[in-house]
Order: sequence, then structure tokens, then C-alpha cells
Amino acid sequence: MESLTLSDVEQKYYSDLFVYCDVDNTKKVASNGKVLDLFRAAQLSNDVVLQITELCGATRLGHFGRSQFYIALKLIALAQSGLPLRVESLNSVKDLPLPRFVVGKNEQESRHTAMYPDTENQGPYSSVIPRPPGRVPAKKLSTHEVIQPCVSAVEPQPDTTSPVVSPHQSPPTSPHAWRKHKRQASGGAVDRPPAVAGAAWPPFREAQPGTHSGDGMWASHSPPPVQESWVSFTDTPPSSTLPAVHPSSAQESTTVRTVASAATTNEIQRQASGYEDPWKITDEQRQYYINQFKTIQPDLTGFIPGSAAKEFFTKSKLPILELSHIWELSDFDKDGALTLDEFCAAFHLVVARKNGYDLPEKLPESLMPKLIDLDDSAGVPESAPEVGFSSSPVEVTPNKSPSMPSLNQNWPELNQSNEQWETFSERSSSSQTLTQFDSNIAPADPDTAIVHPVPIRMTPSKIHMQEMELKRTASDHTHPTSPLMAKPPELSEEKKLAAIKFPGSTVGDGYSSSDSFTSDQEPISSAVTRQRSHSGTSPEGLKAVAPPPPPPRPHASHSRSSSLDMNRNFTAVAAGAKSPHGHSPEATSVPHGHRPVDGDGLPAHSSTSPQQMPEQPNFADFSQFQVFAVEQPVDDGDTHGPLCSVQVEKGVDAAGAVRATKNDTQAEERTPATVNSAKGSTPLAPPPKPVRRRLKSEDELRPDVEDHPQKSSVVPGVLATQASIPRSIGKDKKAIQASIRRNKETNTVLARLNSELQQQLKDLLEERISLEVQLEQLRPFSHL
Amino acid sequence: MAVCVAVIAKENYPLYIRSVPTQNELKFHYTVHTSLDVVEEKVSAVGKALPDQRELYLGLLYPTEDYKVYGYVTNSKVKFVIVVDSSNTSLRDNEIRSMFRKLHSSFTDVMCNPFYNPGDTIQSKSFDSIVSAMMVQSS
Repeated sequence: MESLTLSDVEQKYYSDLFVYCDVDNTKKVASNGKVLDLFRAAQLSNDVVLQITELCGATRLGHFGRSQFYIALKLIALAQSGLPLRVESLNSVKDLPLPRFVVGKNEQESRHTAMYPDTENQGPYSSVIPRPPGRVPAKKLSTHEVIQPCVSAVEPQPDTTSPVVSPHQSPPTSPHAWRKHKRQASGGAVDRPPAVAGAAWPPFREAQPGTHSGDGMWASHSPPPVQESWVSFTDTPPSSTLPAVHPSSAQESTTVRTVASAATTNEIQRQASGYEDPWKITDEQRQYYINQFKTIQPDLTGFIPGSAAKEFFTKSKLPILELSHIWELSDFDKDGALTLDEFCAAFHLVVARKNGYDLPEKLPESLMPKLIDLDDSAGVPESAPEVGFSSSPVEVTPNKSPSMPSLNQNWPELNQSNEQWETFSERSSSSQTLTQFDSNIAPADPDTAIVHPVPIRMTPSKIHMQEMELKRTASDHTHPTSPLMAKPPELSEEKKLAAIKFPGSTVGDGYSSSDSFTSDQEPISSAVTRQRSHSGTSPEGLKAVAPPPPPPRPHASHSRSSSLDMNRNFTAVAAGAKSPHGHSPEATSVPHGHRPVDGDGLPAHSSTSPQQMPEQPNFADFSQFQVFAVEQPVDDGDTHGPLCSVQVEKGVDAAGAVRATKNDTQAEERTPATVNSAKGSTPLAPPPKPVRRRLKSEDELRPDVEDHPQKSSVVPGVLATQASIPRSIGKDKKAIQASIRRNKETNTVLARLNSELQQQLKDLLEERISLEVQLEQLRPFSHL
Repeated sequence: MAVCVAVIAKENYPLYIRSVPTQNELKFHYTVHTSLDVVEEKVSAVGKALPDQRELYLGLLYPTEDYKVYGYVTNSKVKFVIVVDSSNTSLRDNEIRSMFRKLHSSFTDVMCNPFYNPGDTIQSKSFDSIVSAMMVQSS
């Protein structure tokens, strides 16, 4: 058979019909029974029916598979439109009306009866499938009684797809489609014992007239087609037999129903399309669900308690086990109540199940309830995909208080840099706790969002930011934004630094080894630094870099080894630089500095870098380091200095196992030199890095930090990771203090988070226990 | 890893019992049944104290040469029994406790389901998956 392309409406309609016919859920329908009845209901001559059967390949296969069935339906539509039956026309005919299956009440009844006894004919489809709520003339039958016999009659005929039976299974979803068809009491269609058919119908019909009896309908006949039910909810019971599901909806007037019918078809179609995109809820569906939600719980932001939901969904006539599973899937927060989102998901699953779709093992993504917006920063999930160290930390930090928001965003990133966290001397504990939160809490849980902020990254960057800010505020020459802005020269500077960073990163790796940072950090930091440098201006970039490098650990090795030379160079450079511009030379020197013992360029660079450095606090780190390393005095008031120098030193001592020692020596060397400059540079907020480094290797760093007040904190941070260069020897007491302050702030924030989470956890546990107690109480006493 | 997990209702009939299939299930069922006596004994012993003082985790109920049986009772007198293989490197007490905690929380989720009538057998898929995770993977 050629492939068949169906429109959405057709798809839905056909799937409903197929479900209707597929009584046994075997995904294929026998060629007799319901299918034939259905075809006959199309009011086509038997010859045509046979022809169709042949064309669709059922004859060949001996049964109707889903595709055959669809093809057959399409052929029926063709035939009904008077078009010749050709296979080619299956796809070529556009706008083919849906095949019509006449279902009349009387007919139905007769059909039903016919079906039961001998199945083969007629249309129980009409009765079964659609319950054209409106159509059905208000025939009040004693549905219930009729139904019962019908049902019983049906039972014995397993092979017949008695309409009544089918509803038990998964009611055809396109009842609505059926609905559209007039239910003509075509009466004469079959003279079968009407009783049976009638029985089937009546239940449906009952739904119509007996809005209220919707429930009864439910009880009496098998679950009406889902669609119907779905629609019927809106329609209210009277119209669709299905509606019985929601007696509440029964209250709606018939007018609603009629409107609903139209809507239903659309909805059905949409549902069909929804099914194509499995589990996606269309707007109409969602609206419908919302309406239903309102009938139970007028407040859309409120909850539907479990008992009410149970009643509601029990009307759908799904087996309790399945309903239980649906509940498990949809009650996302496991609180025993359904929010609007959860309710929509549950309802959607019910509809799907009724249409024959198997329940998923876990909740599909499109049905997940929307997370509540987190207070600070976007929900974790949103932050999760966030990229980049460079982006998030930077963006976040500058704006917010060094707290959650940035933390949140950085959480995902920070996760990676857990080690970095740890490396930070002070931060390690907090970072670890933070990471724990992250792992424990499910991202979906809105509450977890709170936890997410991964301070890890932030701290360094945050501190960095703080330092930056401090620096900015403090530094006169440094325009508050300038450091962040990338100035061309700075860019070049940064590029250099970047270049340096690369080697520096390798160096950094070496540093890290000395530093207790894990190798992970190094690559990350180096990557970050790279980013930073490339981004040049963005303090963010620098910041990004900053975090990775843990507070400057005294990379003993790095500083010392080559740094000796470098230091000399640096000092030379630094000396030259002096002034606020010292940064630039430092910056330049820093790049050089990174190159192992490539101090020659330093002096030259240093001259240029200092200028650039001041502007780029972040970026300046490297240069600063160099400068710092070289000349403490260079960075006057440049807090970056220490950082830079540190970085520079780091760069210098690639292999710095001995870095620490080197740093020490260098630091000491620089200390005297830088101290002077340090004093001057105090105004600049010492780059956070330097401060951090100080933490790490307090003794060494302190002097360094002092020395390099200016250099962008970022740089220091970076360098710090690489090799906490003792550059900032005593450079910035202020910087240190500032960073300490920042760290403390971060710590408090984290501690707060921690306590909040703990509290939540406790609450949840208490709830659990109380719920269990309640259940125990509610449980019927005679449980034995 | 547990070899058998059972949830017994207050009235001492099983709500859920699952064993590693390869073993003789009946043996485990019987073991669980006999362990109920021990549970009762422990519960009544502590029962004199106020409920909140009573620990939920009952610990090792009794060991045999082949396996050990651990018990846990909830505030609603629903009992969880876990049978672990003795040959299995002795699971630390903490691990057993965590297993019970998971069971308890999963059980609470089942209870929260309005479609679950207390007293019915537990047929929740999520509960099954949690128990499967605890069962011995091998053999």
C-alpha cells in the first residue's frame, strides 16, 4: 500500500475509529466484526466495501492493520464523495471529507443488536463511537437495563466488536466526529433486535438528556470515547454520553454542548495533532482542562485535593490501577493534590489512555508542570542550560548582590568547578555544601532553585566583582566601567594575555599541581581565562576566568623558578610603569610573564600594559601580575596589580612545583617594591583574586596582594589558580579585606541557603509523617 | 542488596512482597511471616514509651545462617521487612536505614495517591522501581 498522508483531522478521526474497532487492542482489526460494520455504516454498497477491503490490502493480509484501516477509511471517504476508488487517489485528493458513517439512533440500536448477535453489521459504530450527544433524539431509554443486557449480550460475542464492548476498551476517540454525523434514525438500516443496539445507545443518549445522569452513563456503559469524554466535559453530560465523566460538567447547558461539539471536532483534531506530537497539550485542550479544573477548584492557583481528583478521574472509567499510575505520573510534587498544571497533565494522560495510548513510564516533558518561578534568578532549569562561565558569572555578578541570582546561574557551571571551589581556601566548605545541594535537589523542584546557586563559581567571581567594584570605586583612574569595557588597547592587551593565558593555562596546570587545585580547575580556569581574554573587556570574561582559579595559592613553584628572572623583569617594568598606568605595563608584562621566564618582553610590555591594565581590571590580571611581579610599585592603587603579578608569576613558572617558594621569594622581593606601590594602589579594590589568593596562601599572597592592588581581580583570580602568586604581596590589605568581606557575604548567603533547605527538608519529612498518620486514621477500621 | 522486600499492613497481611526471583520465593515469604513475630515483640517492647520515642528502624530482627532480616515500622504500624543475603558483604547499618527510608518515602507517595485505597496491594510502578533498585542485581 502506498503511504498514506493524512491530515490532522483525518488522523485523529481514523485513529479513533481504529481504536474503536480494535477491540482487542491487538493493533489490528479482523476483517469482520466491527470493521465491516463500520464500513457498512458508511452506507456504501457491499461491492464497494469489498473493493475497498481489497484495495487497502486487508484481503491480502487477512486483517486490517492500522495502515490498512486508514487506507480503507480514506477509500470510504473517496467512495462517499463519489470519486472512483483508486489507490493513487488516496493521497492526491485533497480536502477529502471524512468518511461518514451513518449512525442513527434507531439504527444504532438495531445495529447494536445486530452486532451482538452476529456482529457483522451495522453500526454500532455510530452508537458506540460517537455519542453524538446532541443528535440523539431524546430518547430516553431505560438505558441501564438495556445496557446490561447488551453488555451481557456482547460479552458472549467476543469476536464481534459490539459497539458496546468497544467502549469498554478504548472508546474511539472520534466520537465527536461521529457526532457530527447526523444520527439519523435511519431506522431501517438493520432490523436487528434493537434492544441490544438500543442498549448501547441509550447509555450514550442518556448522557445527553440526562446531563446529570452523566455519572450514570458512566456506570452503565463502557467508557465513552475519550474524545467524547473530553469534549463531553465541555458539553456536559447531556450531549455526550461521555460527559458522564464529569457530572459537574453536566451542568453546562446544551448550548454549550452544541458549541462544544464544534469545538470538539476541532479539539479532536487538535488532539489528534497532539497525539502526533505525543503528549503535547493543545490550547483547546488546555482550555478545556482549565475549565474542568475550575469546576472543581475555582481558584486556578489552588490545588485540587486528592479525593476530589479521584472522583473526577474515576468517572473516566479507567481502571483504578491506571488511574493510580496516572496520578503517580502527574502529581509531580507528591503532595496529594493537583495544581493546575498537574491536573492538566493528568487529564491529558487520561484522555490519551482512553484513546488507546499507553501510559508512559515517566511523565513526558511537555506535561511537566511548570516550575514556579524562583525568587531569585530564573529557575534552575533555566540556568542550567546557561552557558558559560564567562557569560553567567559575569552577568550575574555585576548585577546582583553577590548572592543567589548569580549563584543560581552559575550553579551549573560551578558544578564543574567544584574543585575550584574547594581550592579556594575559604570557599571550599561552602562550595561543597553548595554542590551537595545541587545534587540533592531535583532541578524540577521549584524549591531547589533556591539551592541551585552554585556559589562555587561565583565566589571567586563574585568576590572578583566585588573587588572589581571596589577597585572601580576606589581607583580614580579606573573608570568604573572601563575596566569592564574593553578598550582597544586593552583588548590587545588582553589578547596578549590571552595568548599568555594559553601557555599560562598550561602553566596554570602546573600551578595547580602545586596549588591544590585539581587539574579540572585548571583547564576550566584556563578556558575561562581564555574566554576572558578574548572577551577582553568584559570584566565578565575576566571574572569568568577569575573564578576558576582558586584564590591564589602560593604556587610556590611558579613564582620562584623562572619568576626570579621574571620578577626582575617585572620589577624593572613595574618600576617603569609606576602611576596608575602601571597596570598596563603590568598587563603587558603579565603576558610576558606567563611565558616561562620570558622576561625580556616584560619590560617592554609592562610599559604598555600598565595603561591598559588599569582599565581592565579583569583583564589586567595578567599584566598586573607581571607588573606586580615585576614591580610592585607599578600598580599604584591598582588593585589588580597583585593579581596581575600573581598571574604573571604564575605564567612564568609554568612548572611551578616550587612555585610557592618562588612566590614567596618573589613576593618578598616584590613586597618591598610593591609595597610602595601597594600603598598607592590601595584605593583600588584589590582584585578579588589577589584577595583570594591571599586566603590561600595568606602569607605569600598578602604581600602580593598588597602589591597588586589594582590588577583586575579577575586576572588575579586566574593567576591565582594557576599559581597563586604571591604577587600581591601585602599589596592590598584593602583588597584582602574586601575579598574577605565578600567571602563572608557569600558564606552567609550560602549558609542561609543551607538553612532554608534544611528547613524545607524538615517540613517535608514532617508532612510525610503527618500524612501517614492521617491515612492511618482514615483507613477504614475494619481493615481485616 | 536486598533479597526480599515486603510491606506488611497493620493487620499483618502483606501489602507488597517481592523477592529475587531466582530464589525460592516461598522460603522468603515464610521468613517474612515469621519475622513479624519479632517485629511485634520489638514494637511492644518499645511501645510502652511514647510513640515518638519509638524508633522506626527496628534493626536486625534475627539472623540466620543464610540471611539477615531487618525490620522497620512506620507510625501507622505498617511494617517493612528486608531480607538480605548474609553472604553479601555485610551492608552497613546506614545502608539498611537508607533503604528503609527510601521505602518509607516511596510508600508515602503511594499512600498519597488518591486512587490507592489503603489496604490494597501496592501496585505502583514507581514503588516497584524503587524496590527493584534495592534488590540484588545479580543472581
